Amino acid sequence: MSDEVIKAENLTKVFNKSLVAVDHVNFSVKEGEIFGFLGPNGAGKTTTINMLITVLKPTEGKASVLGYDIVKQANDVRKLIGVVPQEYTADEDLTGYENIILCADLYGIPREVSKKRALELLELVELTDFKDKRVETYSGGMRRRLELACGLINRPKVLFLDEPTLGLDVQTRAATWDYIKRLKKEYGMTLFMTTHYLEEADALCDRIAIIDHGKIIVTGTPHELKDGLGGDIITISIKENADVTEIIRSVKHVKEVKNEDGAYRIKAEAGELTAPLIIEALREKGYTVTKLSLTEPTLNEVYLEYTGRAMRDTEESKEAFISQRITLRRARGR
Amino acid sequence: MSGANEYKPSLIRGLWALTVRELKKWLKDPVMVLMLVLQPLIWMGLLGKSMNIGALFTSGNLGNMPVPDRIPIPGNYVIPPVNDFVYVNNTWFSDIGSKIMENTFGVADYFSYMAVGMISMIVMTTTMFSGMSIVWDRRLGFLDKVLSTPVPRGAIIFAKVLNATLRAMFQATIILALAYILGLQLSSTFTLLNLLGIYAAIFLLGVGLSSIFIAFSLRSTRMERPMQIISLIMMPLMFASNTFFPIKLMPDWMQAIAKVNPLSYVTDAVRQLTILPLDSSALIIDFAYLGIFAAVLAAIGIVLSWRYLTK
Repeated sequence: MSDEVIKAENLTKVFNKSLVAVDHVNFSVKEGEIFGFLGPNGAGKTTTINMLITVLKPTEGKASVLGYDIVKQANDVRKLIGVVPQEYTADEDLTGYENIILCADLYGIPREVSKKRALELLELVELTDFKDKRVETYSGGMRRRLELACGLINRPKVLFLDEPTLGLDVQTRAATWDYIKRLKKEYGMTLFMTTHYLEEADALCDRIAIIDHGKIIVTGTPHELKDGLGGDIITISIKENADVTEIIRSVKHVKEVKNEDGAYRIKAEAGELTAPLIIEALREKGYTVTKLSLTEPTLNEVYLEYTGRAMRDTEESKEAFISQRITLRRARGR
Repeated sequence: MSGANEYKPSLIRGLWALTVRELKKWLKDPVMVLMLVLQPLIWMGLLGKSMNIGALFTSGNLGNMPVPDRIPIPGNYVIPPVNDFVYVNNTWFSDIGSKIMENTFGVADYFSYMAVGMISMIVMTTTMFSGMSIVWDRRLGFLDKVLSTPVPRGAIIFAKVLNATLRAMFQATIILALAYILGLQLSSTFTLLNLLGIYAAIFLLGVGLSSIFIAFSLRSTRMERPMQIISLIMMPLMFASNTFFPIKLMPDWMQAIAKVNPLSYVTDAVRQLTILPLDSSALIIDFAYLGIFAAVLAAIGIVLSWRYLTK
């Protein structure tokens, strides 16, 4: 086994013989990295994860996790992975502690080990005080943390996180990111996650694959992807009333200069290094810079560039998710 | 990090863990237990008590009937009883009445007859409803999470079946106790050991029914469908069996249905073990049929579930 922990080759899933959810997807995840699948709802992220965690069978192509084939050696894969699903799957009628023990039993972990480990994990996700309370009483953030703890009970080598912060408010989301980062650090795991939040992918992932309509459009580190757009945006204004476009263009790394009513919009690689060079070049010619701003392109711009549109229905889906959950709970009503 | 490989996910361990989960959920929801018991209780209390068939043959009901000179009974004639014998002393009619009741129902009171039939009813409702819990497990993502663990797939299905069956047994015990309080007449051959036989019959019906319901529920992602199926087939299954009325008096076409209806066999087995004088040859037939029923349906159910679980 090389350092490729997950490897997918032409992985494809077709539902009902016509709906192509995942379309000949190729990627590999290296040991110890956080790999993110970024894409809008319905792009095929969850379907991909469900194939990798052996819940769905691929229609075509193959994939391996830790060297084990996800179809032929599914049981070996299952023993070594942890899963934090998109939904809150913990049983509402059981306590947090009971839920973790249930997970442990499914892995066949001896009780003496699992009891100790459950308490450790509850400590890690800061649920110790609530361990004997029914999950019904937990908030969204607590449920998510409980899911994390459940996913870690078998000390997985690879952890799969499906939309780990879906439906959480901004603070809870940030807190969850911290947990995920800590998990990676403490357990040295490889993480595979899906998200449709650009900030999340940017904040957490070492590498990202942008997926849309079941196809991977581009793969790279967030930095590479943003750089791929042609670098940062520098905006400069000068005191003097003169056209300095040519001077700026002659500076190293500058790719594009536009004069917009006295303000110069400059596209440049490594903006933090280029900006001082531009100031220097202008000063040498006797011009004074009055204003300078440097903006890095966000993943939003990357996304726009590759898919030709902004992230669709991001907020709407959160609402939809929450309302669906409320309906479910009401329907359950017991 | 090492050691993750060494755990041995076992069928028994997983089965136990998943069954305990279901039972815990169940015990934390006593209202649902009560609701399921309530239905047969209402049937038993209202229908069982109101259908006072025995009263048809008492003097109060028959007293004003014209008594012919001779009552024709196939084969010979019976000298009619003297009139005052009928009016003053009703032993003759009540003797005939209880004979008719016994010939028809096997026992003299209809309540005992139908109250025992409620055992089949509770087994059927309980197993059907617990089949639906797998729809919930799927919708809430629990099923997918369990499928991503190395727990043997069989444990997932068996846990549901076992849970349904255990519930049915528990609820049947309550029904039986309530029926006894309401006036169930136990036969002289009844002993507490017979309870084991009753549980065995319930177990077989429970395993058969829940396997097939779970398999069908696995396919549906909506709650409505299994609900509709349940309400659609429940009443016909009850009426086309010996739950309320003896099969031998039904029209031929209905007898054909009642004779393959597993509810008939459970009901008969439970009757043999409680209110009827035990007829072991009938009991053996009941158990043989139920055994085959459970084995065949469980096999079909498990094969189907297996296919549906691996999408």
